[in-house]
Amino acid sequence: MNVLDCVELKKHFPVGKGALLHAVDDVTLSIGQGESVGLVGESGCGKSTLVRLVTRMLDPTAGDIIYRGRNIGFIPARAFAGTQFRPKIQMVFQDPTDSLNPRHAAFDAIAEPVRRLGSAKDVGRAVAEAARMVGLPDELLPRYPHQLSGGQKARVGIARAIVMMPDLLVLDEPTAALDVSVQATILKLLAQLKRDLGMSYLFVSHDLNVVRMLCDRVVVMYLGRVVEQGPARELFQRPAHPYTRALVRAIPSIGGRPGEREVLQGEPRSPIDPAPDVCRFYGRCPQQRERCRTEAPLLREIAPGQVAACHYA
Amino acid sequence: MSLLEVRDFSLEFRTRSGTVRALQDVCLSIEKSETVGIVGESGSGKSVLSFGILRILDAAAKVTSGSINFAGLDVLGASESSLREVRGREISMIFQNPRTALNPIRRIGRQIEDVLATHTSTLREDRKKKAIEALASVRIPDPERRYTAYPFELSGGQCQRVMIALALACNPQLLIADEPTTGLDVTTQAAILSLIAELARQRKMATILITHDLAMASEYCDRIVVMHAGHVVETAPTAELFRNPRHPYTARLIAATPAPEQSIGTLAAIPGNLPDLRRNDLPSCRFHARCDKAKEDCASSPLPVGPVRCLHPL
Repeated sequence: MNVLDCVELKKHFPVGKGALLHAVDDVTLSIGQGESVGLVGESGCGKSTLVRLVTRMLDPTAGDIIYRGRNIGFIPARAFAGTQFRPKIQMVFQDPTDSLNPRHAAFDAIAEPVRRLGSAKDVGRAVAEAARMVGLPDELLPRYPHQLSGGQKARVGIARAIVMMPDLLVLDEPTAALDVSVQATILKLLAQLKRDLGMSYLFVSHDLNVVRMLCDRVVVMYLGRVVEQGPARELFQRPAHPYTRALVRAIPSIGGRPGEREVLQGEPRSPIDPAPDVCRFYGRCPQQRERCRTEAPLLREIAPGQVAACHYA
Repeated sequence: MSLLEVRDFSLEFRTRSGTVRALQDVCLSIEKSETVGIVGESGSGKSVLSFGILRILDAAAKVTSGSINFAGLDVLGASESSLREVRGREISMIFQNPRTALNPIRRIGRQIEDVLATHTSTLREDRKKKAIEALASVRIPDPERRYTAYPFELSGGQCQRVMIALALACNPQLLIADEPTTGLDVTTQAAILSLIAELARQRKMATILITHDLAMASEYCDRIVVMHAGHVVETAPTAELFRNPRHPYTARLIAATPAPEQSIGTLAAIPGNLPDLRRNDLPSCRFHARCDKAKEDCASSPLPVGPVRCLHPL
């Protein structure tokens, strides 16, 4: 059984005068036991909204969110923290400096989920265990965030997310605020935790090299929709959707040549009341044709396990 | 003669908790129309160095040694008024996070006109046309209409294009781009960097690209300067630096940068942190505590002068 299934998930925000911003539109995806799924796309594509839906901090407009076969999409976000599911779906936030309370020592930051969701008598043991798993030495636990380095804060952020032993860990750009020197250690830690604890990851990032290293499968979003989905290796080797292709080619690499890169021109279309019959990538796509303007492409299988929403993929 | 010549530049910040030795004996030269990358971890002194070149330093900063020469001008000795002639006209800078660098309550066209009014003799009635041309040159779609837009009405990538238009409005000889694509998407990042590279080529402008992304520096720079804890540790032509890194820190940085087709097992983090630059007893090689090639003399013997500042280069 999958750990998570999202079925035709939608989130539309009213933006006045009856207009709707389609932040997430008909997103269907699943995450298997122990699987790590990468979620990529540019800012404004709906990654963060999807993350907030999955972690149940936001209520969907329509569609289902199924955790181990049980629909949790209808539980109001404000009531979700009181359910048995909250400890099972946890999150690692983007900037470890901003997401830690400056007045809580590392110990209390890690202890908070246990105090709220678990039992008070387990606190000491659970915190020690989580700190050990993320490689945070005991002597750092009484320290406050400003006394910790960036890498140490990132470890605290991960420790508090795994302290309740979740099934699904949602990571929102966990290394974006870190230096390369530290990034490598944190990535290795995440790979090891996944192996040791058998957790599933939903890994949001715009660093595709990082996604490629850590994820089994990749979901590419563009303007609220999934435009391509497939096994990480195949998707990076043979991207089918023109947007994925542009993304993959935009990754700088040591010794790469920017001259050989087709640069994506223009700005994305508006997400407010998008025309239903136009491909969302129309206007920026280097391969667009007449049909893309009159008929929105649906996801279809390109190769085993790989789907893309393009007429010409 | 080089366009920019920084020699033995040392800089300290006097703070309540001690003196931070932010830069020590930094040497850097930039030739005309050359693109040079400055790379290193946060805290290595990349940005402080670029502020020093423009002499836009905090009041707590104190230059303790060295000289900076830009096209014949002694930057450290020059008067504030002659520097004001240089800043924005001969040397321009683009900052990280364009949204905070632009004035949020002034129309972007007006902001470009401000630069033209300050630094050029463009007549008032011609400024609008010039500003629209500047917006068109950075490929802002529909520049006549965008002229009246406020920064909040534009996307992050477009704001950065406006910043570039501002910086290049006076055809500077040197552009300093300080992490110009941090916070932008990969696709936008590629577009912005290609734009900078293309405009630099057209105008024969020298560029300093400050970044922590080695891969990005490798694609756009002719030469790379590696900084660590206030020292320039290695300077080399780009291809040479990646083929044959001589300083152990450079080699570690390259190994820590994720590459395509690389597996996580071969990715190698750099152990330890930058030393506390407030220490009175800073070792002569500030990397030696993190270096697996360190020998006994690394902490005390003076570093060799030259492109590779290491006593035991690889």
